[in-house]
Amino acid sequence: MRLKRGSVAVVGAAESDLGLVAPHTSPLDLMAQGTIRALEDAGLKLSDVDGLFAAATQVRMGPMALAEYLRIKPRFFDGTIIGGSSFMTHVAHAQAAIEHGLCEVAVIAYGSTQRSVSRAAASPREYNYYESPYRPILPISAYAMAAARHMHQFGTTREQLAEVAVAARKWALMNPKAWEKEPLTIEQVLNARMVSYPFTVRDCCLVVDGGGAIVLTSAARAKSLKKKPAYVLGVGEALSHATISNMPDLTVTAAAESGPKAFAMAKLEPADVDMLSLYDAFTITPILFLEDLGFCPKGEAGRFVSDGAIAPGGKLPVNTSGGGLSYCHPGMYGLLVMIEAIRQVRGECGERQVPDCKVALAHGNGGVLSSQCTVIFGSEDAL
Amino acid sequence: MQSLAEASPLGTYLEHLKKGELAYQVTGDGKPVFFPRAVAPVTGGKLDWRVSKGLGTVYSTTVVYYKGEAPLNVSLIDMDEGFRLMSRVEDIDAMNVKIGMRVKFRVHPGDEKQPPYPVFTPEAAK
Repeated sequence: MRLKRGSVAVVGAAESDLGLVAPHTSPLDLMAQGTIRALEDAGLKLSDVDGLFAAATQVRMGPMALAEYLRIKPRFFDGTIIGGSSFMTHVAHAQAAIEHGLCEVAVIAYGSTQRSVSRAAASPREYNYYESPYRPILPISAYAMAAARHMHQFGTTREQLAEVAVAARKWALMNPKAWEKEPLTIEQVLNARMVSYPFTVRDCCLVVDGGGAIVLTSAARAKSLKKKPAYVLGVGEALSHATISNMPDLTVTAAAESGPKAFAMAKLEPADVDMLSLYDAFTITPILFLEDLGFCPKGEAGRFVSDGAIAPGGKLPVNTSGGGLSYCHPGMYGLLVMIEAIRQVRGECGERQVPDCKVALAHGNGGVLSSQCTVIFGSEDAL
Repeated sequence: MQSLAEASPLGTYLEHLKKGELAYQVTGDGKPVFFPRAVAPVTGGKLDWRVSKGLGTVYSTTVVYYKGEAPLNVSLIDMDEGFRLMSRVEDIDAMNVKIGMRVKFRVHPGDEKQPPYPVFTPEAAK
């Protein structure tokens, strides 16, 4: 049994308030706000929701807590939590549930107040005897070691990593919702405070509050709703490890499994993709994902992103929202990764809109390059 | 299968460390396994303990900067027996730890909160 290309669509998408929210705002307040905004976007009501998906580091039992808050009784629910890619997994699981008639209108929600309460409080690390004594700053040091290995094997440079941050900033300046409002140069990235070599603080994602929700339903029902549907053409999920000590090759992620699965289901290939929304927790991650998803050969993405290739006006639009590096990163950013891809396919991105965007790929990453999940969205023209 | 009421994988590992030994496990067909487990990965079969010769190569490395502290090395070490672990290379400036460097195991005694753990020094050092 396989999921069917285009059987479901995203019909509503919205962020909660982002950035820094008022004292005592809870992650559930943000989830609920995102849910109601996404339902309004779709032209649906809370009483239409019969599938509920939620994950948050501050809410251990997401679907239960959100169902209580909203006082709804979903027929189907799932709180899979595998880090930032949790929500891509929820899309795949929601699609399966909708295809099998287990629910018809599914909400996927997220919320975090990590800027307000601190990252340490929002995402406390589990003690691990085999890693904790060495005091890596996790997850940063894990990604830093992946970057160091990529630099060693393929000659990738810190300047090429910085290109990713600079491109993200240029896109962010076209997104009114982006946290960062000032231009950024390669020199500024390189000369910023070193956190875990080779990463300065500008190689690392933002630490802000935020959340949101998306609404999925069957393709048949999507046609009668308010907005142009963003069809789910392909999904792929893969796990490779939980701790960085156990990642087989630090230069190859399981996106090399999730991507081909998603492309096979979508009956598409990388050349068909009009824009990419890649989880940029750190500047190395879009580099790894461009390679592992098939947009350039292994080892080449440092050179691929050079000279503004993924910035506005470049050859391949990547992270047009400004990404986790410059737009918003509340901790598990995958939901917002998808929201930008959905908006591009709907043609709602204003100044930063990719012309004639029919196919957008959203790729989620979780843990320490541990979980990789790919979702390919398409407009009606791509069906 | 060993009873977990009698001994745990980490407990056995720590007993070796207290004797100055870096222990790891092997599967029935001789594949090295690390971290220590109660059952073999993939097959679910039995695991046997071995003691490493203590020599390895830096697979990747980073330098962590904590406010008000000296830069701290964190590395992944590939042991000659074919398993990998996270550790720290000591007796050398953190920024001078390089991928490919040969390193040698020793025991860090830990403290009241932390049981002993393996660290490394450059093999070339005295």
